[in-house]
Amino acid sequence: MELIYTPQQQDFRMEVRDWLREHVPAEKLPSFDTEEGFAAHREWEKTLASGNWGMVTWPKEYGGRGCGLIEWLIFEEEYYRAGAPLRVNQNGIFLLGPTLMEYGTPAQKERFISAMAAGDEMWAQGWSEPGAGSDMAAIRCRADRDGDDYIINGQKIWSTRAVFADWVFGLFRSDPASSRHHGLSFILVPLNAPGVTVRPIPQLNGLPGFAEIFFDDVRVSADNLLGGEGEGWNIAMSTAGFERGLMLRSPARFQQASKRLVELYREKRNDILDLSIEDAVVQCYMDAEAYALSTYQTASRLENGAKIGPESSCNKIFWSELDIKIHETAMSLLGPHAEIEHSNAPDQAMISAWLDGFLFAQSGPIYAGTNEIQRNIIAERLLGLPRR
Amino acid sequence: MDFTFSEEQLFFQQTIADFLKDNVTPEHIRQRWESEDGFDQATWQAMAELGATATLVPEENGGLGLRFDDVIKMIQSCGHAALPEPIVEHSFIAAQMLADIQQQAPSDQVAALLEQVASGETKVLTAAMINPYLNFADKADKLLVQFGDDVHLIDTADVTFESVVSVDRSRRLVSAQSRPNGKTCLTNGRLGSDLWQATLNRGALANAAQLLGLAEALVEQAVRYACDREQFGKPIGTNQAVKHLLADCAVKIEFAKPVVYRAAYTVSVAPTRADWAVSHAKVSATQAAQLAARHCIQVFGAMGYTWECDVHIWAKRVWALANEWGDSGFHKNRIHEWLVQPKALLGPEFTFGRRNIRDAELID
Repeated sequence: MELIYTPQQQDFRMEVRDWLREHVPAEKLPSFDTEEGFAAHREWEKTLASGNWGMVTWPKEYGGRGCGLIEWLIFEEEYYRAGAPLRVNQNGIFLLGPTLMEYGTPAQKERFISAMAAGDEMWAQGWSEPGAGSDMAAIRCRADRDGDDYIINGQKIWSTRAVFADWVFGLFRSDPASSRHHGLSFILVPLNAPGVTVRPIPQLNGLPGFAEIFFDDVRVSADNLLGGEGEGWNIAMSTAGFERGLMLRSPARFQQASKRLVELYREKRNDILDLSIEDAVVQCYMDAEAYALSTYQTASRLENGAKIGPESSCNKIFWSELDIKIHETAMSLLGPHAEIEHSNAPDQAMISAWLDGFLFAQSGPIYAGTNEIQRNIIAERLLGLPRR
Repeated sequence: MDFTFSEEQLFFQQTIADFLKDNVTPEHIRQRWESEDGFDQATWQAMAELGATATLVPEENGGLGLRFDDVIKMIQSCGHAALPEPIVEHSFIAAQMLADIQQQAPSDQVAALLEQVASGETKVLTAAMINPYLNFADKADKLLVQFGDDVHLIDTADVTFESVVSVDRSRRLVSAQSRPNGKTCLTNGRLGSDLWQATLNRGALANAAQLLGLAEALVEQAVRYACDREQFGKPIGTNQAVKHLLADCAVKIEFAKPVVYRAAYTVSVAPTRADWAVSHAKVSATQAAQLAARHCIQVFGAMGYTWECDVHIWAKRVWALANEWGDSGFHKNRIHEWLVQPKALLGPEFTFGRRNIRDAELID
């Protein structure tokens, strides 16, 4: 055990810091769930790609730097420290990218990873359906084989970023006689294909952060099948899935938020009447650091050749509940100002940022498998309790 | 940056854990409850022969010269077994304090004592002011006693003890009255206060590691019971309401582990600059263990509320260790004190710095 950075890692941190200082936009970009904001964030992805900073863990041939997981954590720490824009293509770079690298054909990697890394193609995800939420194996959206094509019919819902994205990836039922997690295929579909209708769904903040997608005889090439036909479930649930989970929400995000919470607390602490706030601030800072320590521990194990285990299912619950606690505490500190979305008050931008984060935090325990589902997984796979 | 344990560290822990599993069973623990002094010399002797008492003693004094992060998982195993004998207090707290004193100002007296501590033939415990009651102190040979900044080494024959009864029958608590004099003083002043600060940190961290082990043992027992016990024609563990009680414990435990291990590293390299890391560890492990005690008693239902059911062996230890070496209020306050200092460096890039809470500085 040696919990200090190597000189190379410290140099890497400074290199990231310097580059971000030069390139991060001075003004906060508009939300990527607006047309203007999406375009601005797409430009930012291109800027990142121009410096090979899009995905530092990816191999050099895909525009990455071949970095290890510890460097990735350092990059993320500097990224959030610099207040850089959120990653509009996170579905692509954090979810689809690693899956393509593991399961894609050489032609698919060539075709999709480079465009993703360059910031040219933005991705939406297509898992849930009206009848398949937590019960994802109930997917009904069909992909019927027709020669060298698939004909897709059905509906996806809660597709994050689908309103402005270029492509969607997801699971489709390629064997009409199959049921549950059998007979599903992992297919990539262009959102501009004839027969695709995207209906935006406004989220709690009023912006269309996700959408319903209707597929009406949409014809896609079988070249867009990732992995084997009928193997979609295993691909979506594979070990890579766990590792993607590790990268989805980096600890720096919560550490930076808890730092801002401490700063807000220092400013307001003489006016606080609620006795629980002091405790909550301490707890938030500790928990954000605990999440970082846990992630470093996991990264270190993986770098030493270990495989990620079922204990990783604890992550989602921990960070999503932490995110809620951080933002609830901030709302308490802001008191009657907390609810204000727009005003001419000098500190309105700060208040709006907390409010926006508070709204977004409500989604954490729901998406990527609700926390109730996660608790079932922990109980059954980590602790060994009986399924039924 | 390497956050993993070595093969040797894991092997040593496994050896201790295997011994404890076979030799410190609920039946043995209950036998000690019925005995006069509650102490099993055979267990003490066996742990000494396995090397536990020698781990932190320097090699030149007959020890193994290991660091706190080498033994942290061993301490976790002692908690997992709910070991009654004060192996942790002797081997990992008193022994390290003596080793520090010997390093600062070598003396024949302390050198000789370290050899006897390493072999386990002389039992030494600490009497820090933060702990009003001392576990098994009257069964020790010598005490390292805190008077202000002074460290005194006093024979237990010269100490007046008064017994109190703990809710945890495995603990044999006493309060101690002793008279220090010039001859009993080993060190004082700034050196003494640094030693007591480091000792408090190691004591709190040792409790954190034991609490982690206790929490794991509690959850394992509740899981076994929930798989076996049937109601409505199926194991109670099939119910989500029961699953989620235990999943919540697992989450707390998983996120307390790296905090405890980080603190073990920090204590190894800078024991007087480990206040933050240790307090975080003590608070996190206490929260995990208290939740485990509460939820596991719930899973056992009415059985969990009986003297007969073994769960209280572990639950009561949790309730005791939670408030020894500083309760959660003490430790949260140390963190709060740091957070409100304008000079405190906050943010993800400082996760692995050593925070000196007293001076609000951060040293990489």
